[in-house]
Amino acid sequence: MRYLPKSQSERHEMLAACGVQNPEDLFSHLPESARLKRPLDVPPGISEYEIVDYFHSRAAECANGYASFLGAGVYRHYRPVLVDTVVSRGEFLTAYTPYQAEISQGTLTHIFEFQTMIAQLTGMDVANASMYDGSTAVPEAAMMASRVVGRPGVAVAKSLHPEYREVLRTFARHQGMPVAEFGYDQATGQVDLEDLERNLNDQTAAVIVQSPNFFGVVDQVKAAADIAHRRGALLVVVFTEAVSLGLLAPPVDADIVAGELQSFAIAPSYGGPYAGVIATKERFIRQMPGRLVGETIDSRGNRAFCLTLSTREQHIRREKATSNICTNQALIALMATVFMTVYGKQGLRELAEQNLAKAHYLSSKLKPRFSGPFFNEFVATVADPEALNKALLKKKIIGGLTLGRFYPELKDAMLVCATEMTKREEMDLVGQALSPTQKAEAL
Amino acid sequence: MSIRKVRQHPTQNEALLFERSSPGKRGYQLPSLDVPPVDAAAVLGADNVRPEIAGFPEVSEVEAIRHFTRLSTWNYAIDHGMYPLGSCTMKYNPRINELVARIDGLAWAHPYQPEALSQGCMEVMARLESILAEITGMDAVTLQPAAGAHGELTGILLIRAALEQKGNPRKKVLIPDSAHGTNPATAAIAGYAVENIRSSPRGTIDLAELERAVTEDVAALMVTNPNTLGVFEENIVEASEILHRKGALMYMDGANMNALVGIARPGDFGVDVMHLNLHKTFSTPHGGGGPGGGPVAVKKLLEPFLPTPRLKRSGKKWAYDYKRPKSIGKVKAFYGNFGVLVRALAYILAHGGEGLRNATLDAVLNANYIRKSLEAHYDLPYQAPNMHEVVFSDERQARRGVRTGDIAKRLIDYGFHPYTVSFPLIVHGALMIEPTETEGKLELDQFIEAMVSIAKEVETDPELVLKAPHTTRTSRVDEVTAARRPVLRWKPAKSDSKAAD
Repeated sequence: MRYLPKSQSERHEMLAACGVQNPEDLFSHLPESARLKRPLDVPPGISEYEIVDYFHSRAAECANGYASFLGAGVYRHYRPVLVDTVVSRGEFLTAYTPYQAEISQGTLTHIFEFQTMIAQLTGMDVANASMYDGSTAVPEAAMMASRVVGRPGVAVAKSLHPEYREVLRTFARHQGMPVAEFGYDQATGQVDLEDLERNLNDQTAAVIVQSPNFFGVVDQVKAAADIAHRRGALLVVVFTEAVSLGLLAPPVDADIVAGELQSFAIAPSYGGPYAGVIATKERFIRQMPGRLVGETIDSRGNRAFCLTLSTREQHIRREKATSNICTNQALIALMATVFMTVYGKQGLRELAEQNLAKAHYLSSKLKPRFSGPFFNEFVATVADPEALNKALLKKKIIGGLTLGRFYPELKDAMLVCATEMTKREEMDLVGQALSPTQKAEAL
Repeated sequence: MSIRKVRQHPTQNEALLFERSSPGKRGYQLPSLDVPPVDAAAVLGADNVRPEIAGFPEVSEVEAIRHFTRLSTWNYAIDHGMYPLGSCTMKYNPRINELVARIDGLAWAHPYQPEALSQGCMEVMARLESILAEITGMDAVTLQPAAGAHGELTGILLIRAALEQKGNPRKKVLIPDSAHGTNPATAAIAGYAVENIRSSPRGTIDLAELERAVTEDVAALMVTNPNTLGVFEENIVEASEILHRKGALMYMDGANMNALVGIARPGDFGVDVMHLNLHKTFSTPHGGGGPGGGPVAVKKLLEPFLPTPRLKRSGKKWAYDYKRPKSIGKVKAFYGNFGVLVRALAYILAHGGEGLRNATLDAVLNANYIRKSLEAHYDLPYQAPNMHEVVFSDERQARRGVRTGDIAKRLIDYGFHPYTVSFPLIVHGALMIEPTETEGKLELDQFIEAMVSIAKEVETDPELVLKAPHTTRTSRVDEVTAARRPVLRWKPAKSDSKAAD
């Protein structure tokens, strides 16, 4: 096995030092009944070339060379070359969680920069070192709000990503956390503020809304905040399309922001690994889950960084911890950090403006269902969306996400997304693929 | 003494990105826009558009790459040398795994693209599921959890769902005092009260204590095997029987699976549900703290409750099955950390069945070699045979005022990452050492030499150890001040702050 760095004679020397003949002797204390008495039924090891070949064959069975209008929480954005250059460095790739600050300043420093940039982007005071992903950041934010407010329940918008809501329900079920859902305005696609009011009570710790929401619509954060605050609840704002923050007003009225950073140079990779994040106001940091890096000095007085406020965490507090999470997504967060660095203040804005322009061009081909403002994706009304997707597949285009699975009332609609990587001619092809009925609708 | 492994060399200083910024510097160029531009304020509403991202960096491309390269040189990593963190299984991360995870058809696969155009991704997951089931001796595997702690939570929720279906989810989860902190935190989040159970004088499960603790209120025991002392739970089969007699289940924390692959299977010794850490046993890189992968393997009785969707065969194709009425629901959006799964499968394919077993043999040999070489110099509180890791205590050194944390810091001067400090909690002043199989004899000998040398220094010059590390660019860090007055983001110095954000 090529990853085992010992010669047979070294092995024998070491076995002799341990006072045994065979490596198996080191296992002689295992109870007989617990042992595997046959070889594992796993085929023999293969060479590097064969491994590459195997995965190339699997990749060939997937979509290759297709244009795509899929968004819905996972976006196709260009990944600057610097991103993989940086994260491929063994010093970042093969390091552990930076508990030993003296020899982990590289990781600690880039996480501190990450926390700073996320705070700047979201308009919050502080951000954590990242979470597994956006979908798991939501229940963590809900539990955090519940600790802050001292109430058990949350009210969540139906326009929050359906899979995020499912994850929230899984977490909430066994914690005595009632989850109320409120609807969206059929005309604007924004939060139905009256329905939100109706779903609040004196047990509600947080109102959770997404903006841009699952339908791509920029939502009414301020109005939702006012309602939540009036009832003594916090507002949690969720984002799935981080590029939107280059242009959109930050959700400063939120108390907690929970988001997904996949748009920042994190490959779609069939659903993960991504990086989520939680950002919040200064006064709530001790209830925040996840790792935090803080600035300090070393014994020589030089600036240094270290993991901090770990008394919130499982390895210190065990069953009283704020969360059971014991890691972040450091390397993925580093991708996002390099991305934010490469684009910077001006570039992120220009990138967002291109996304806005592309999606609005697409809306000249497919008619938006909702009147609310949208960023780079929108719900298009299409008679028989499956038929349109089928027609597009023939042109090597993956169409939009049909919504019937998540929203039965939107079965005649699809969610479509355009980014800086979407070409005008691809959007023109969508227009051409419409049937006469669909064309009539799009006018 | 002369240190063989390292000597000092200069590293670059580097300011934070924000301090390197200057208006107008850029490291990007966007493609020319092939559609008409739109006025953001007009289509979004002026209130919805931000003026700027105050404080955001503006640096050039060359500055960006130098910035991150310089930062990287301040890290220790597996690629530098041995990383003997007990319980963390810091083994070599093969680069081929990085390459295959970046193949276009896999890396750019969208989770909502049609199943017909995702067959390769689904096949990768199905294959990994079946191999992990074979390795663990379990019946079914979900790949959805994003990390070990996430897998633990999934596993406990599965137990809860199964018991609930029988009419009573029960109230308590039993956890040995040697367990990882995630175990009690997980049980609490799954809505269970935690009852700690004391280990036997051998450091293993005390059957009498377990017998006493297992009542009709107990949902499960969370056990780590080998435990955090690196000792195989010799009574694991009996423990499982005690639990099962009372209708409780056995959860196994798979953090230490690197000691068992190809040798013993949890499914064969009574485990009902367990998680694996792909970033430990199966070598996906830690990346400075994530991403990970925490698949959960279960016996048949828990299979109906696994998260949705499940992969199923539909003719010659793979399909997703969402109609799982008993499922605990989703624990994460989509299907799991697919990119991590690809790397783990590549690792398994490289080894094959026999190679995986050989890796286990070497991992256990390495730990035993360290034990033999250091037991004359460090106190070994538990004498039971160890597997892939060995736990010493600082008892002898503490007499000179030197604690495990100090020895760990001195080890840095010798060119090694410290071992795991002060864990497990049942050992006072623990030094928990896990070499893994990917260390050769030379590296191990240098590590042993360093540890022996430090033990001598403790006798002759304890101050030297107490003030370590001496050679790092950053000396001991003031963690107390960091926690007392948290500074969690960069802010411009008062004089040059233009606009507060």
